[in-house]
Amino acid sequence: MNPDFLTTARPISRLIQELNKLPGIGPKTAQRLAYHLLQAPPERSRDLADAVLGIKENLKLCTICLNITDTDPCGLCADETRDVTKVCVVEEPIDILPLERTRKFRGLYHVLHGVISPSDGIKPEDLRIRELLERLNRTGITEVILATNPNVEGEATSMYIQRLISPLGIRVTRLARGLPFGGDLEYADDVTLSRALEGRQEM
Amino acid sequence: MTSRVYQTAGIIIKRHKFGEADRLLTLFTADFGKVRAIAKGAMRPGSKLGGNVELLTHSQLMLARGRNLDIVTQAQAIDIFLPIRDSLELMSCGFYLSELVDTFTEENVEDREMFDLFLNTLRELAEAGEGERILRYFELRLLNHLGYRPQLGKCANCSRLLLPEVNYFSPAQGGVLCRECGYPDMGARTISVNALKVLRFWLRSDFATASRVKLSIELTTEIKSLMREHIRYILEKQLKSIEWMDTLADGGHLNGDMAADQL
Repeated sequence: MNPDFLTTARPISRLIQELNKLPGIGPKTAQRLAYHLLQAPPERSRDLADAVLGIKENLKLCTICLNITDTDPCGLCADETRDVTKVCVVEEPIDILPLERTRKFRGLYHVLHGVISPSDGIKPEDLRIRELLERLNRTGITEVILATNPNVEGEATSMYIQRLISPLGIRVTRLARGLPFGGDLEYADDVTLSRALEGRQEM
Repeated sequence: MTSRVYQTAGIIIKRHKFGEADRLLTLFTADFGKVRAIAKGAMRPGSKLGGNVELLTHSQLMLARGRNLDIVTQAQAIDIFLPIRDSLELMSCGFYLSELVDTFTEENVEDREMFDLFLNTLRELAEAGEGERILRYFELRLLNHLGYRPQLGKCANCSRLLLPEVNYFSPAQGGVLCRECGYPDMGARTISVNALKVLRFWLRSDFATASRVKLSIELTTEIKSLMREHIRYILEKQLKSIEWMDTLADGGHLNGDMAADQL
């Protein structure tokens, strides 16, 4: 048994345990957060608890892009200034954030909610690929940008989707793979460097 | 235990997310067999490990022994098998190969022969640009190496020499049965003369010689389902990546369903 149980009041150790389950929060951080909340005014705990529950109660998937949203359609799909002819396919809702930060892309998104992973038994049917195809049939999308992660599962998923879309006569593009900014050639791996050479551009 | 740090070449056969940006790798190494190790920060962009510890990469690795799991301190790719990565079919063969190796091997059992077989298979796959025959040859050699070689010369039940006719194959009996023993055996299926010949030939040939066999579509299908049944019997389960390979071979049935929906 954890010796802390003897010295820590049960509600506190319960909170510590729960916080500890969160990503990036180790036992020490969990303790600090728990004691911080203990000393903070009660409203703060209530606000936090409300916010935590709120993400479970009020959120749903956008019926168009399957992003997580509280309004349907989501803010991005409802935005009339966006280019409705381009759709960017991402693995997870969180992948939209870095793409939006670039301010380079003004089209819409489609969230797959996963990647094909044969060794984990994750199949195309487990992803939202069907919804993507239906969307392509229904709307006037002319370009699909595949933005899955540049690892084997992401590549496999992209190649698979490309194969399904190409008969529809829609342009399919893939995010370029190359050297990270601020990186160093010496430390680049062979795949990245090969892709960077393949995708070199006129200056 | 000798030194805390050791070096070996290895092929990454499995990897999982581990914590924030780390990866838990399963490596099949040349000198130590299957080893599990942590690659710290491998998922961060610009990580020195990153692409060098991606699935099915043959890398030179430096590892430090940890209390529980070893830690990858350096990795330099030797071969990335780019053609495999560029093709959905070949990559799927790769998924299957790595699952096969992972399922059939135990941790920390050195097996140089197995490593060489696996490495050669990946090289072959990258060069040939076509998977089925290579997978079958690998399966047979793997079974042979691990002591599961199917009996192909004599009947596995009555030990009579097999005649050049349609015989039976029984995973439970571990090989081919003659007509008389095979017919009443419910667990046995037929095996054609040609399929038997190919398997026998592969058992005594190296990669280069084995690749001279040209298989018809029927023969490819027969040997595939035969090997699949045999492996399934030994493992008592179906490998997960098989379903995916079948989906692909069907031309992606998701598409088929879609077309039907629109009618």
